[in-house]
Amino acid sequence: MDTVIDAHNISKVYNRNTIPVYAVNNVHLHLNRGEFTALVGPSGSGKTTLLNMIGGLDKPDEGNIFINGQDITALSANELIDFRLRNIGFVFQSFNLIPVLTAKENVEFIMQLQKMDKKDRDERVLQLFQQIEMVDKLDERPSRLSGGQQQRVAVARALATKPQFILADEPTANLDSKSASNLLDIMAKLNKEENITFLFSTHDQRVIDRARRVITLVDGRIINDTAAVSTAHQQA
Amino acid sequence: MAWKNIWRNRNRTMITMASIYFAVILSVLADSLQDGVFDNLIKNMVSYYTGYVQVHKTGYWDEQVLDNSFESSIRTEAKIISLNETGGLTGRLESFVLASSNDQTKGSLLVGIDPENESKVTNLKTKLHEGDFIKADDQSVLLSEGLAERLNLRLTDTIVLLGQGYHGATAAGKYPVKGILKFGTPAMNDRTVFMPLKASQDLFQAYGMITSYILLVNDTEQLNTISAAVKKSLGSNYEVMTWEEMLPDIKQHIESDSRNMKFIQGILYLLICFGIFGTLLMMLEERKIEMGMLVAIGMKKMQLAILLLLESLFTLLSGCIFGLLTSIPLVYYLKLNPIKLSGDAAEAYQRFGFEPVFPTSSDPEIFLNQALVVLVIGLVLSLYPVYKVIRLDPIKSMKR
Ligand SMILES: Nc1ncnc2c1ncn2[C@@H]1O[C@H](COP(=O)(O)OP(=O)(O)O)[C@@H](O)[C@H]1O
Ligand SMILES: [Mg+2]
Repeated sequence: MDTVIDAHNISKVYNRNTIPVYAVNNVHLHLNRGEFTALVGPSGSGKTTLLNMIGGLDKPDEGNIFINGQDITALSANELIDFRLRNIGFVFQSFNLIPVLTAKENVEFIMQLQKMDKKDRDERVLQLFQQIEMVDKLDERPSRLSGGQQQRVAVARALATKPQFILADEPTANLDSKSASNLLDIMAKLNKEENITFLFSTHDQRVIDRARRVITLVDGRIINDTAAVSTAHQQA
Repeated sequence: MAWKNIWRNRNRTMITMASIYFAVILSVLADSLQDGVFDNLIKNMVSYYTGYVQVHKTGYWDEQVLDNSFESSIRTEAKIISLNETGGLTGRLESFVLASSNDQTKGSLLVGIDPENESKVTNLKTKLHEGDFIKADDQSVLLSEGLAERLNLRLTDTIVLLGQGYHGATAAGKYPVKGILKFGTPAMNDRTVFMPLKASQDLFQAYGMITSYILLVNDTEQLNTISAAVKKSLGSNYEVMTWEEMLPDIKQHIESDSRNMKFIQGILYLLICFGIFGTLLMMLEERKIEMGMLVAIGMKKMQLAILLLLESLFTLLSGCIFGLLTSIPLVYYLKLNPIKLSGDAAEAYQRFGFEPVFPTSSDPEIFLNQALVVLVIGLVLSLYPVYKVIRLDPIKSMKR
């Protein structure tokens, strides 16, 4: 199978000089293309820290992270910005969108950063908004969209550059259960139909239930990984 | 995207623009008021008597006696006028005399003036308090109010003048009082007598002679250029002096006052800095998460910095332009309708011979300079967000 994320022995320590806190403690993580994985654990267990390191927003204190075979821990801060633009789609918990741009412009913007030309951008925007089922909201500003709609636009934005995978840190944390379920529907559909790889963190049980693989983190360590189970589940 | 930020975030843009806008208006007003007030002070000082520039025979200023007078000539006058076309010119004959009435005598300054030209060059006529102004062929005098009181003379009374004429001749004459002049400064008010130039030349037997030419310069910016040109054209037999040389006290006063004004202006600029910086900080705080997110998803910091700079530049430029568009008519209005003092303060000013008004100066340089200063302050301050972007850590700035 096609490996997308390969993290070896990564650790992140805060307050090294006083009372060290291992936000992430010697974690191994392997993700294949097309996986739909939830990272779960109580608050403070290290989910955000782990996702930030995998997304190249933060550097591990120990260990290496390979994305598509490239060691991103060796990249400089500027190289990382470019790497993120080309390889990783981000969906944050909130405030994903630029308030002064319309939904369409928000998605188009990241393709402009990638220097995609206008015609390709227009085509891709339309395709993406069909996928998130929001073609009627193309020209709305974020403030006129519901929280769930904003997160769907964020997913479209994350997808726009055809990244290796999409990282989503608690994407449903600010959503009511109906919107959360709706967002998960869209993500699951994209995963199934387009083979998009998702890695998202959550502590919402209903969201966890939708994942095909669940990795449980406690105190910065992986205490459970359902990879085997979910495979069994799929076959059943 | 820069312009979308500007247009669609109208409130924020408006606040920043407003801070620039008021900064420009304030600093233009402050500067033009300063210039205007000084110009007016100078005008007040020089226009009621001294004039902007005087021409004498060389040596007169140090020894102000009739023997240092010179012959007035159409040719000399034409030379001066050709170098100061927009201004004015008048001649005077000045000398000390003893002025007496029936029971009193006082040393006085007799000034022979060309009534018509004098009115074009100085405001002497506006000082007329009682009676009528003299005419060129009159054989009568104007007394300053203090002197009239001292000699106990009223209109139509006769004054006796006694002095030394040109080259040792004796000068004596009796003249009716045609008018009383009132001056702000005691030095002028207590001891001056004016009579027509011709009558004074007859009195002193100084036919055709004058002690000085008084020049009005309309464009005060050109004062030094004009005085230098006149000096050069008339040669070494004449001394050409500006009001600054003749009234060094006033010059000094203005200089020290303008240092104080510079200090106030410095504080104003500081306030402007804080104002603009405050709005920039607010903008940065408001967009911290947005900027963190942009860098997180892969926007290069340089692109983000350029975006912010473009926004700043646009806001600055339009704030400056609107500020100028408002301050130009405002300054012109205040020039035509100057701020006027009233009550005690006004009286105090008038006692010292000043008009209690504060006009503005509409020198175009003021508008340009002040707008430029604000623009430069704004541009320099706009580098702060750039610095912030370069140091931005997306994780930290996305935390609330
Ligand atoms: N910048 C930081 N400085 C110090 N400690 C931090 C910092 N960021 C996170 N931590 C600590 O690391 C641990 C993991 O945090 P986090 O990754 O945010 O967990 P989660 O996302 O699962 O809630 C927590 O104990 C938290 O207090
Ligand atoms: Mg978290």
